[in-house]
Amino acid sequence: MTLESLQGALAASPWLEFFRFASVNVVYVLAGSMLLGLSAGVLGCFAFLRKRSLLGDTLAHAALPGVCAAFLLTGTKDPWIMLAGATVSCWLGALAVDAIVRYTRCKEESALGMVLSVFFGAGILLLTHIQGSGDAAQSGLDKFLFGQAASLVGRDLWMLGGVSAVLLGAVGLFYKEFKVLSFDPAFAVGLGLPGRFLEMVLATLIVLAVAVGLQAVGVVLMAALLVTPAAAARYWTERLGRMLIVAGAFGAVSGALGAYISSVSPRMPTGPWMVVAVSLLFVASLVLAPERGVVARRLRLSRFRRRTAEENLLRTLYVLGEKVQDWGEPRSEGELLRYRAMKGPVLSRTLARLGRRGLVRETADGRFALTEAGLVEALRLTRLHRLWELYLTRKLELAPDHVHDDAEEMEHILTPELEEQLAAVLEGPEEDPHARRIPNVR
Amino acid sequence: MSADAWIILIGALTASSCALVGCFLVLQRLAMLGDAISHAVLPGIVLAFLLTGSRNTLPMLIGAGALGILTAGLTEALTRHGKLQSDASIGVVFTALFAVGVILVSRYTSQVDLDLDCVLYGDIIFAPLDVWTVGGVELGPRSAWILGGITLANLLFVTLGYRQLKVCTFDPALAAAIGINVTLWHYLLMGFVSVTAVGAFESVGAILVVAMLIVPANAAYLITDRLSTMIALAVGLGIASAAGGYALATAIDGSVAGAMAVVSGMLFAAAAVFSPKHGAVARLLSRRRARRTAQGPLPAGAGLPEKRQEEEGSLHLG
Repeated sequence: MTLESLQGALAASPWLEFFRFASVNVVYVLAGSMLLGLSAGVLGCFAFLRKRSLLGDTLAHAALPGVCAAFLLTGTKDPWIMLAGATVSCWLGALAVDAIVRYTRCKEESALGMVLSVFFGAGILLLTHIQGSGDAAQSGLDKFLFGQAASLVGRDLWMLGGVSAVLLGAVGLFYKEFKVLSFDPAFAVGLGLPGRFLEMVLATLIVLAVAVGLQAVGVVLMAALLVTPAAAARYWTERLGRMLIVAGAFGAVSGALGAYISSVSPRMPTGPWMVVAVSLLFVASLVLAPERGVVARRLRLSRFRRRTAEENLLRTLYVLGEKVQDWGEPRSEGELLRYRAMKGPVLSRTLARLGRRGLVRETADGRFALTEAGLVEALRLTRLHRLWELYLTRKLELAPDHVHDDAEEMEHILTPELEEQLAAVLEGPEEDPHARRIPNVR
Repeated sequence: MSADAWIILIGALTASSCALVGCFLVLQRLAMLGDAISHAVLPGIVLAFLLTGSRNTLPMLIGAGALGILTAGLTEALTRHGKLQSDASIGVVFTALFAVGVILVSRYTSQVDLDLDCVLYGDIIFAPLDVWTVGGVELGPRSAWILGGITLANLLFVTLGYRQLKVCTFDPALAAAIGINVTLWHYLLMGFVSVTAVGAFESVGAILVVAMLIVPANAAYLITDRLSTMIALAVGLGIASAAGGYALATAIDGSVAGAMAVVSGMLFAAAAVFSPKHGAVARLLSRRRARRTAQGPLPAGAGLPEKRQEEEGSLHLG
């Protein structure tokens, strides 16, 4: 397949046209969107960890008056000037939020909302003032609401790229410090880190990301890029380093997807599609992530429930046998249900599972008894149950009739190490608070 | 009535209806949820427009109300079942919904009248022109009637549900204990906020609804400790913002909505500094007084300010 025929094939369909990279503009949009997504994803993690995810939303709105003022003062729409204006305005917004929280009794989310709306209102006021004055050069300022990544030109890309590089470099430089600051600010101060300076650095980085990202994706959607990739990444890992990588990757991927969709359908703004892409990544993370995802948690929960039911049944069989000191005697399902409250079908399924594990055997007449292995396991559980009851009555001085329910829960989670510690603390006990023997499986 | 008067009236009605429900949002620390709802209703409005083919208010209000409740519900679900921290839940949900709304607008309505700029920052100036005519009788601008209706509805809601809203706001555990359905009242509040937000879109647009919802309420919060006074003050400050905003806008030839937000911000700043109870000046004076009487026993309630977040020594930024 020659290059020409490949080009021809790609040109045939609008969905593949993108990959021809026919115009350099396509590359700019792609690269710009990906860089933006990457830096926003990374920075958003720090805001997320400090529970200030919505700061990005506030700062994005607060940038507007700065942009308008910059235009009013200089009369040009030079992107660097716009960036400077946006940065100053964002900074003032950040300071205002801080001042409100620090010096009044208003709460943080109120401060964020107020700065957001008042600054944005000031921006709208300036914007309409500019537009009303019939100034021809001002049209397009309102693109800051939605961004227009598709119209990024080379110059813009250099700015995006440059700022992104600075942002990522700063994160790399201050990584250890930001890490401590995010997880334990008091400890950071205790370590002698310049807390306020670092906070200011972090705030400045976010302000820069917002200011530069506005052109590409606009106001509200910049906020999304600072929240959603970080939130999605949170489901995949417990470690900051990995979270940064995942968030950055999600941001970059959504940038690419946004650029792609917007090139296929030119009337579509890039920003919203980037947000839709990252939101879908979020939903996928929420559902599918191993360990913290919804599916994984549900599976763990149902596994735990099943195991608990099995262990409860083993204990029931043991206790019934203990009453007559005969563990070989099989019991019917009815007998078991009288002693242990369970739904009928659940009981049958649990008995079947215990049978498969070789802990219970079924007799010809449909009754059930513990096997050797089952008896050993039941002894272990009973030991844990009664040790715990004794611990509660002796060390926490609870009444004997209050300890059963707690022990019912604890018997499923006490580890062998805890068992040893309990036995040691209670000094090799023989009997539980109800004068029943504590089995000694060893 | 002159066009100016109508505009101020519409602005005042907007501010009042927002202040009535906004006080509860602020006290329940849901200010950003109010911001989220006012963004997220966009797809609801667009869908209503697409489904009914018209810009009729009632379907839009219904669409917005539904989306508002959906936003609140999804955020809650994400926090509770997705185990995501609440600020991130709000951010994820409303930005996604807003993005969908923008896409719908770009795709389906670019030829038609649903001007996005209008949705975002409203066009109160033109409101007096859109007159509601019934049987050949001109009844006044449509917005005035809609907002008047919403203000009345909010007033009824707050008055009839005052006790429940008060308990749910200040002590949800007690509310549950005495048999008030806290969830129901939460979603009722969210519903009224959504409807108010949409009603206000036409005059002040989406973002500035947030200003009207929370800024006068916060200013009132700095002035008084009583809920009823706070609500009344918030309404008053809102109306003042409307009037002042109109004056400012005509002076510099800018958006009335933006001016209203700016004026409300200035009133808040004034309250923050000059409030007799919680303002900066008052706290400064009471601290001086306390220092001067340091030898003798302090009278009860000398107004020593409670320790604030200053002690954390951190800049409250990202």
